Amino acid sequence: MIIVRLALQSLANRWLTACLTILSIALSVMLLLGVEKVRTGARQSFADTISGTDLIVGARSGNLNLLLYSVFRIGNATNNITWKTYQDIQTNPDIAWIVPISLGDSHRGFRVMGTVPEYFAHYHYRRGQPLTFAAGAPFSDLFDAVIGADVATQLGYRVGNKIVVAHGAGAVSFLEHDDKPFRVSGILAKTGTPVDRTVHVSLGAIEAIHVDWQSGARDPTKAVSADDVRQMDLTPKAITAALVGLKSRLAAFRVQREINNYRQEPLSAILPGATLQELWGLVGTAETALSAVSGMVVITALLGMVTMILTTLNERRREMAILRSVGARPSTILSLLVVEAGVLTFLGVLAGTLLLYGALMGLQPYIDRTYGLHVAVDPPSADQLKILGGIVAAGFLAGLLPALRAYRLSLADGMTVRT
Amino acid sequence: MSEVIASPLPSTEDKPRRHEGGADIVRIGGVQFTWPGRNPFTLAIDGFSLGQGERLLLIGPSGSGKSTFLSLLAGIAKPDAGKIDVLGCDIARLDGAARDRFRAEHYGIIFQMFNLLPYASVIDNVLLPLSFSPSRKRRAEARGGGRSEAARLLGNLGIEPSLIESGNAASLSVGQQQRVAAARALIGSPEIVIADEPTSSLDRNRQQAFLDLLFTEVEAAGATLIMVSHDESLAGRFSRVADLAEIAQASRGGRS
Repeated sequence: MIIVRLALQSLANRWLTACLTILSIALSVMLLLGVEKVRTGARQSFADTISGTDLIVGARSGNLNLLLYSVFRIGNATNNITWKTYQDIQTNPDIAWIVPISLGDSHRGFRVMGTVPEYFAHYHYRRGQPLTFAAGAPFSDLFDAVIGADVATQLGYRVGNKIVVAHGAGAVSFLEHDDKPFRVSGILAKTGTPVDRTVHVSLGAIEAIHVDWQSGARDPTKAVSADDVRQMDLTPKAITAALVGLKSRLAAFRVQREINNYRQEPLSAILPGATLQELWGLVGTAETALSAVSGMVVITALLGMVTMILTTLNERRREMAILRSVGARPSTILSLLVVEAGVLTFLGVLAGTLLLYGALMGLQPYIDRTYGLHVAVDPPSADQLKILGGIVAAGFLAGLLPALRAYRLSLADGMTVRT
Repeated sequence: MSEVIASPLPSTEDKPRRHEGGADIVRIGGVQFTWPGRNPFTLAIDGFSLGQGERLLLIGPSGSGKSTFLSLLAGIAKPDAGKIDVLGCDIARLDGAARDRFRAEHYGIIFQMFNLLPYASVIDNVLLPLSFSPSRKRRAEARGGGRSEAARLLGNLGIEPSLIESGNAASLSVGQQQRVAAARALIGSPEIVIADEPTSSLDRNRQQAFLDLLFTEVEAAGATLIMVSHDESLAGRFSRVADLAEIAQASRGGRS
């Protein structure tokens, strides 16, 4: 069809403005889809981090806080729970397993977590996947450490390397437990969860490195050597939190209530899934704001396109008059401009989607490494396709504005060819 | 056209001048037309007719309503009152879409300048009317196809073959552009060719050459030619010369 060919030639004749228009639509679509991808990626990452754990028990605090520090290594515990309380909970008949964790130290920015070897069997992630060892084994000696995949790759550690744990959770620490170095006994396979960025040691080791410490600093007068400490009783006095598996999930609420009502010490027990929902409720507003902003950017890009077409309209009145003179109806001219807007939008949406996927593929390892966020490179969901289709439809609709103006001009111009 | 209404003008409408040529191809009677807007421009045509095969030169200064007259004649503008019979069909009574189709089928139009789509090839510019007019397309097909017919007309009008296929309309000189426009107006042999000052952008030598080619082709196609100009020196070449002021009364600033 010669008309379609002419429309494309007309567009090709204005290729620079057309390309810039397509680019601005593409970037806006990229932003919109990108925000959505990161949002769902973040949710998925969070939801995938813990699985198979029915309850998390910690000192009384906000539910979110407990979830964030115990599972996501974000923030710090406000208080500890005593070993006695831990042992009490352990005797609850509904409990299938319980794993204590102890946080507070770090190794070159990575959190150090004291726990028991059962942790590696009970901690599951991503719909029930167990942790597996890429190399080595769980700790057998007091000063053994099992490191996550990211710790190993970023610091270049292998099984057998010696590492020194620092006091406190900061990235840089001047107080180091350098008198009691650890040996890397195992390296966990990549999980895409905070486990990858954790150094696991035994509870006894946490106790051991703090034996000669008092109120946050080493007391030189009471120094105990790494060998002497092995002879001491290293039963912890307190732990940070405990992960609990129940015999029946139906008991979850009952056990939770029992723990929350524990008389000897103020405790909090949370259901990880329910608390995650709380988190989504909290960040939902921010997500909505982000989506709204990216939606606005798309609208801005479409307005830019309308402006572009409107400004070319005057110089194209000649084109319109020629088409009218050979018998084109005003409606033909209307549809030419509507189709032009639609085609530009479609190309923009296509380019934006392709750009986003290209960027995702390129940046995914970096995002994963830096933010621990596993953004899946999967095809757009049905909802996203609907949104993209909606943008193309909006492009056609937006084209009506210059098209109607051209329609009116072509009626008013009649036979006169204006220049 | 499905509705071809043969409606002879009332006998009270006189036909101003007798002229050579066949049966009337155009008859206008009692037409009133006003361009809407803040400064309305009104054109009234009491009576006008044009015979088959005539070559009419319409003279008038700018602002005398030439463009409006041509818009009415070509069915781009619709009169508020009156009849415009073309080929036995009152186009004043057709709706917009039907007038557009009628124009595509029966008219070839050449503008004063800027006739071509600058981004399209020469041949596409010439072929343009065929996609709007089935009967012109058929006629072109009957003569060996649209492209060869376009090439023949362009050749006759003195466009070099090298420009026809590969040439971009924007790269042509003004004279060449006008000749391509003439080829577009003539392709598929429409009955009426309207030319709105087609030579005003050409120098005198080129004007003569252009008119020679145009006349030859119009005659070969058996078309009727209406050309508007303010240049009376061209008068000798036409079968009939008329002053627009005698045909139509223009007035500004309200209905007359």
